[in-house]
Amino acid sequence: MWRVSLVALAAAAMLAAQSSKYGVGQPATPGQIRDLGAAIAPDGTGLPEGSGTVAAGREVFAARCSKCHGEKAEGAVGPALVGGRGTLATAKPVKTVGSFWPYATTVWDYINRAMPFDQPGLLKPAEVYAVVAYILNLNHIIGTDQVMDAKSLPKVKMPNRDGFVADPRPDVDNKAKRSER
Amino acid sequence: MRVSKRSSRRQLLRIGAAVGGGLLATRESAMAGENTLGQLGIPLGPYGERSPFEKAVRWTRESKTPETGSSFTPLADSFGTLTPSSLHYERHHAGIPTIDPAQHRLVIHGMVKQPLSLTVAEIRHLPSVSRTLVLECGGNSGSEWAAKTGPDVQRSYGLVSCSEWTGVPLSLLLTEAGVQPGASWVIAEGADACRMERSIPIARAMDNILVAYGQNGEALRPAQGYPLRLIIPGWEGNANVKWLHSLKITDQAYMARDETAKYTDLMPDGKARIFTYQMEAKSVITFPSGGQTLRGPSLYELTGLAWSGRGKIERVDVTTDGGRSWVKALLQEPRLPIAFTRFRLPWRFEGREAVIASRAVDESGYVQPTREALIAVRGTNSGYHFNGIKFWKVQADGNVTYVES
Repeated sequence: MWRVSLVALAAAAMLAAQSSKYGVGQPATPGQIRDLGAAIAPDGTGLPEGSGTVAAGREVFAARCSKCHGEKAEGAVGPALVGGRGTLATAKPVKTVGSFWPYATTVWDYINRAMPFDQPGLLKPAEVYAVVAYILNLNHIIGTDQVMDAKSLPKVKMPNRDGFVADPRPDVDNKAKRSER
Repeated sequence: MRVSKRSSRRQLLRIGAAVGGGLLATRESAMAGENTLGQLGIPLGPYGERSPFEKAVRWTRESKTPETGSSFTPLADSFGTLTPSSLHYERHHAGIPTIDPAQHRLVIHGMVKQPLSLTVAEIRHLPSVSRTLVLECGGNSGSEWAAKTGPDVQRSYGLVSCSEWTGVPLSLLLTEAGVQPGASWVIAEGADACRMERSIPIARAMDNILVAYGQNGEALRPAQGYPLRLIIPGWEGNANVKWLHSLKITDQAYMARDETAKYTDLMPDGKARIFTYQMEAKSVITFPSGGQTLRGPSLYELTGLAWSGRGKIERVDVTTDGGRSWVKALLQEPRLPIAFTRFRLPWRFEGREAVIASRAVDESGYVQPTREALIAVRGTNSGYHFNGIKFWKVQADGNVTYVES
């Protein structure tokens, strides 16, 4: 009896500690959350409906992206989006979508939220899928016939998917210096 | 009646013109180096400006896309331990948005009991704290990885500034919304054009992060995230998301572009370190420093700034013989954790070449490393988080330059 009520009290106290204390804010509406736009997780959470082909992406790229990234995504005012495979461990690493980015979902997320640079948010979801397909194809990561959508995109394995490690710092040994005055 | 009214207005206009003209004359003659003693000064004003004789400004590279880039704080022209808001370094990815605080909302959603939408006014009235903290770009001193290091303090170490920030603990806001069991990350998003986003582990989100609205006694500057931004003491600037409008509670990191493609540190083996949020101990001598000239042999006060993302500065050592011997500098009190600590040391310049540098030690016992020690472990392509010792060469003629590695 005592035990039960103590557990109940503790649970109630925990809930109280975790619930609203100042009563500020309004319940956020689904519309409000939708208006914030899509944030895409590596497992594809947040990807909208729609799909895009490499061929469609080539057209979107020519119209919207090539001005800054070059006709073949080789880079101009904006960075190169292709090439660099096999350079990461060399003296002159080239970090591109193809050589460095670990998740295809990040490419979708970034283009959707931040591109084109001067008109972010301009592209419709189908256009974003298409441009991502085109860039992945330019990097020989997907075939010319592959279609990108909410199901296929998270399954794309990027070449540098396993190229990241946890932060080991402090990593530079200063013990010798500590003994100095 | 009518005539006299008109004439009195005319009279007022005449007086105004005379005062205005006098004002201009005073400033012009002062700027021309003339003695203005005894001349009537400038009237009171609604929002202050610095003296027209003070010229220090932020430095920025020429760019075809000036909406993305960095501007560097003129640290060598700063006094004490605070950075004026107007000279705080900038790093923007898609320009500075103009946000009406009355229209702005911070939405907390995802794995919460009650998704919440908060106004700026509501947040400003919640229990708040003020803390003096350094904010440093993860890419500060990135140019120092190259053999030819930066020519002056501003261009090589200027992506760091120190302000008093005022805001509400993030933990308070998350508790208001009620974080669900199993939540492990917070995805913070800004309201700039590119909606910059970063993932923050929930343990850190509940511990010592501010949703800041104040900077140095007034509202945040637009360039610093007006009306709301994250302030994460000790973490690289990029994670301190500006123009904050969304906090999404999730069970995974979102692997945003700015935490995968950027702000990761590439090692010589081709692997990159990820989620390298922590800033380490660092210092730089600001006088004498690159680009300056000593007037000749004399006693000088050598001075500079030290800081650490891990806490207080415990000690700063200074060498004036290229690193052969080090002496303890005097530290300006109070020393605040994760804030600029000003150090000073009397030094006699004999008119002979001297290679000078400072080395910070923080309360965790961490010692600022040499550039060579950093490169031995990380190579020269890691890009971010350079905190090496900066050497300056005071030439025999008093000119101060960088030291080529």
